[in-house]
Amino acid sequence: MITVQGVTKRYGAFRALDDVSLTIPDGSLTALLGPSGSGKSTLLRTIAGLEAPDAGTVTIAGADATRLPPQERGIGFVFQHYAAFKHMSVRDNVAFGLSIRHRPKAEIRERVGELLRVVGLDGYQDRYPGQLSGGQRQRMALARALAVEPTVLLLDEPFGALDAKVRAELRAWLRRLHDEVHVTTVLVTHDQEEAMDVADRIAVLNGGRVEQDGRPRELYEDPASEFVMGFLGPVTRLGGRLVRPHDVALSGAPVDGAAETMVTRVVHLGFEVRAELVGRDGEPLEVQLTRSEADELELARGDIVWARWAPGGVSRAAALEAA
Amino acid sequence: MLVPLAAVVARSTDGGPGAFWSVVSSRPAVAALELTLGASLLVAAVNAVAGTLIAWVLVRDRFPGKAAINALIDLPFALPTIVAGITLLALYGPRSPLGINVVATRAAVVLALAFVTLPFVVRSVQPVLLELDREMEEAAVSLGASPWTTFRRIVLPNLAPAILSGTALAFARAVGEFGSVVLISGNIPFHTQVASVFIFSHIESDDVSGAAAVSVVLLVLSLLVLVGIRGLGRFGARHAD
Repeated sequence: MITVQGVTKRYGAFRALDDVSLTIPDGSLTALLGPSGSGKSTLLRTIAGLEAPDAGTVTIAGADATRLPPQERGIGFVFQHYAAFKHMSVRDNVAFGLSIRHRPKAEIRERVGELLRVVGLDGYQDRYPGQLSGGQRQRMALARALAVEPTVLLLDEPFGALDAKVRAELRAWLRRLHDEVHVTTVLVTHDQEEAMDVADRIAVLNGGRVEQDGRPRELYEDPASEFVMGFLGPVTRLGGRLVRPHDVALSGAPVDGAAETMVTRVVHLGFEVRAELVGRDGEPLEVQLTRSEADELELARGDIVWARWAPGGVSRAAALEAA
Repeated sequence: MLVPLAAVVARSTDGGPGAFWSVVSSRPAVAALELTLGASLLVAAVNAVAGTLIAWVLVRDRFPGKAAINALIDLPFALPTIVAGITLLALYGPRSPLGINVVATRAAVVLALAFVTLPFVVRSVQPVLLELDREMEEAAVSLGASPWTTFRRIVLPNLAPAILSGTALAFARAVGEFGSVVLISGNIPFHTQVASVFIFSHIESDDVSGAAAVSVVLLVLSLLVLVGIRGLGRFGARHAD
């Protein structure tokens, strides 16, 4: 378990972390999610000991680590830009943590071989980082971090420098790896989809504070603030309230509590249809519908429809029925 | 480039290979070459360590006056070497304000050479250190490496090509240095006369082919160093990103 208690970190007048408290359960894969400058990377680096907090404490596995140097925290750290040791072969990169601990050569060879198999780099032992693709370098960096059997694995935007396809692959792979290895993992990301996909807990950071933490679904369905709601998925405004575009029901005839709107644009995205509307007060509204719902309404530009908030798929169907 | 070099080689063998060898192997010539080589090697070694250290401080540390000191490093490059010689004589000569008089000692030769070659290693290491991925060091630390282990296993191997090429350049410069040495060394044959001054004195006494013969030895030395640098450069490039 990692416990962060009242941590503050200032850079001059800027508060990167402002009295942050957070508990990360053992064996979890927790995502620190937030926009750039929200303090998520600073929080991760503070847990690692790469930054010293101005106030507060960091506890790792029950021991106060606040004043411990990074070497003694039992962490594995993975950087966005891989931080590969350019002058060493893949084998020597992965072996580094073990070789500086003067482990027996045979043990190192065996462990490195095993890890390279786990990360799918078997046969690349003698290559240099410069001869690997970005995805391969990051997998090498993961093997290197896992080699020292860390109690916590810290990943700082690990897939941020990779293209979309490789990113999706590595994400799925990290999820599987975590299911196998069960090491407490903290992942920093600014990508809500990545956080929702890979993490079992998410802490949303904004302006150096934790806005909310919990399970991904809790955060999505019961956001503690408009910021969390807006950061975790698409939002639109209906009658002054922030709602999800798929939680708006449209009907062709007036219904109680529904607002009169005009369709300004209809976009067909396969299964999903996105409609842009404008209310009488000029407020724009965005609605996500299924194709059959849109077909039923014969939604077209210039139509007048009535929109109302109907959270959840079931209640929306009921609302349509009522109409 | 090649024409003047060829001319020197041609002139050096004016009297045939026998005459060339007798000049080069004469006791004053051997003494001058030995001193030059020894002092240059020593200065190159000092530069490798001190230059790296200075580059490190200039890149990694923050202190008042850093920009000014950084600019001062190039002074030995900008200063005409004879002016450097006069400066050194004023500072470490008979009327030294510091009370240190090294005139006509071998220490003076080393001092002068160290002064004029200072920028080479600093200026070759500095950009590499600036570009060095700090996260590599953080990664090493997170894996349990002490600061010294991190320096030795991560930083030094990445700086090595720059240190070596700077050292080689400093060595090549030291081998041929004249202006800064000529005043303070006293030019005592067998003791403080370096090869370049030896060549100059032979030209003054109209022994041009003798001067050319020693020049050719210096030329070959410089060439070897250059070839060595290229080899190291290629070695370094092999592992580069």
